[in-house]
Amino acid sequence: MFVAFSRIIKYGFQNFLRNGWLSTATIAVIFLTLFVLQGLIIFNVVAKTAIASVQNKIDISVYFKSNAAEDAILKLQKSLEGLSEVKKAEYISREKALTEFQARRKNDPIVIAAIQELGENPLLASLNIKAYNPKEYAAISAYLNNESLSSIIEKVSYAQNQVVIERLINIVDAAKRGGIVLTFIIAIIAILVTFNTIRLAIYSNKDAIGIMRLVGASNNFIRGPYIIEGILYGILAGVLSFAIFAPLVAYIAPHVASFIPEINLQNYFAANFLRLLSYQLIFGIALSSISSFVAVHRYLKV
Amino acid sequence: MNASNMITFQNITKTYNKHSTALENVSFKINPKEFVSIVGRSGSGKSTIVKLITAEEKPTNGRIIFDSYEVNKLRFSQLPKYRRLIGTIFQDFRLLNGKTVFENIAFALEVEGRPQKEINEFVPQILNLVGLDNKMQSFPYELSGGEKQRVAIARAMINQPEVIVADEPTGNLDPFNTWEIIKLLMKLNEMGSIIILATHNKEIINTLGHRVITLNNGKIIRDEEHGRFILTN
Repeated sequence: MFVAFSRIIKYGFQNFLRNGWLSTATIAVIFLTLFVLQGLIIFNVVAKTAIASVQNKIDISVYFKSNAAEDAILKLQKSLEGLSEVKKAEYISREKALTEFQARRKNDPIVIAAIQELGENPLLASLNIKAYNPKEYAAISAYLNNESLSSIIEKVSYAQNQVVIERLINIVDAAKRGGIVLTFIIAIIAILVTFNTIRLAIYSNKDAIGIMRLVGASNNFIRGPYIIEGILYGILAGVLSFAIFAPLVAYIAPHVASFIPEINLQNYFAANFLRLLSYQLIFGIALSSISSFVAVHRYLKV
Repeated sequence: MNASNMITFQNITKTYNKHSTALENVSFKINPKEFVSIVGRSGSGKSTIVKLITAEEKPTNGRIIFDSYEVNKLRFSQLPKYRRLIGTIFQDFRLLNGKTVFENIAFALEVEGRPQKEINEFVPQILNLVGLDNKMQSFPYELSGGEKQRVAIARAMINQPEVIVADEPTGNLDPFNTWEIIKLLMKLNEMGSIIILATHNKEIINTLGHRVITLNNGKIIRDEEHGRFILTN
């Protein structure tokens, strides 16, 4: 048993080394597969952050009549925050709104002058509401349109922004769905290409497998070395793909960050180093050894 | 006579599809230590007999008995062990091209799980016997046809099989190498193995003077103790 096992391992390495070119070409293909899959993982992380960042920018504001009592507004804030859909309801008083407005327009002397001319604060107090899910804004808006609140509420921004919000919701949904479909398709293509490469490599051993059967070798003794070879392919391709990916991530991280400031790819990569590396190795080894197993199986029927 | 290591074909019929019958109701017995030649034109069924013995094919009808095995009933998982009783030699040599001469022969012992010490001892002895002890580390592509066939014979005989089946072993060889191979087969026969030689080389058959089974269109038309190469009825 042990003798057979050690011979299987020996032949696995021997075939691997003697078929240098074939091994190199196969590793190159598995490397590309793993590289693409690694890219998909990173792409999904970036896309998720980007989608979250877009979602975060969606909110609605409730503007209160200038004579609305602050107590009533704070009471409404409390009750809004009590809703399970609401993530945050931020109160912006008239004074705060004015200060922020002035700060935003400080380079615009005409506007500043106009406000000073006016003599009183033209801005309204508001509550800025963020929901966990952008789809909830319609419900929140309906809640605010309640009769009992109409005495203090001037307007709800949802009405003006409804179209934009719905469009954003659609875009976010499409991006999520697209990401999943894209990942799925590319992963399937990569896996099929690898499988076919290994199948071709083993096809060239078709006669040898038949000869081994005729000499009286058991299926495991024939199959074993090919699976060892597959494992070697997987390990080498995994390590290679990771070694090339790491500096690449360091290089593109600042560019990605300039689009989506929320993400630091390099930190993500460093924090998930072991996890990503083991994904590569496990996937590489599983893909190539299972492909080898299936490919050899066809020719064992002698 | 030990009945157990006889080879018996009982009413064997083999059809590959309904338009071609390779063998029709063929029966014969081969006794221990016999040297039997099977002759016939291409397509007469010689190779089918070889494939039935090595269990590459199963008969459509009939029984094949060899050793303690009823060959026609062997399950797939039993084939490796059964095949270790048989040494096979083919026209196209069928060596493992990725392995050296030494490894090709060692492989036949490795499949049985024999220890490395025995392998290191036996393989050079056998190679010496077939005159290739200086080619131990060569790969098959570095050998001539005659040398390849001698490697194949060495592989077939290394685990002292009860029977050696040779399907046109000299088909790709020049006359000189042909006789070298035949002499080796005769030597193996003297050492106690059954030899089954399928060939259409008239000269060999007529010189050997052993038993000859003649096939025509899947039927045995002649089975003579000291046969000659005659294909017509």
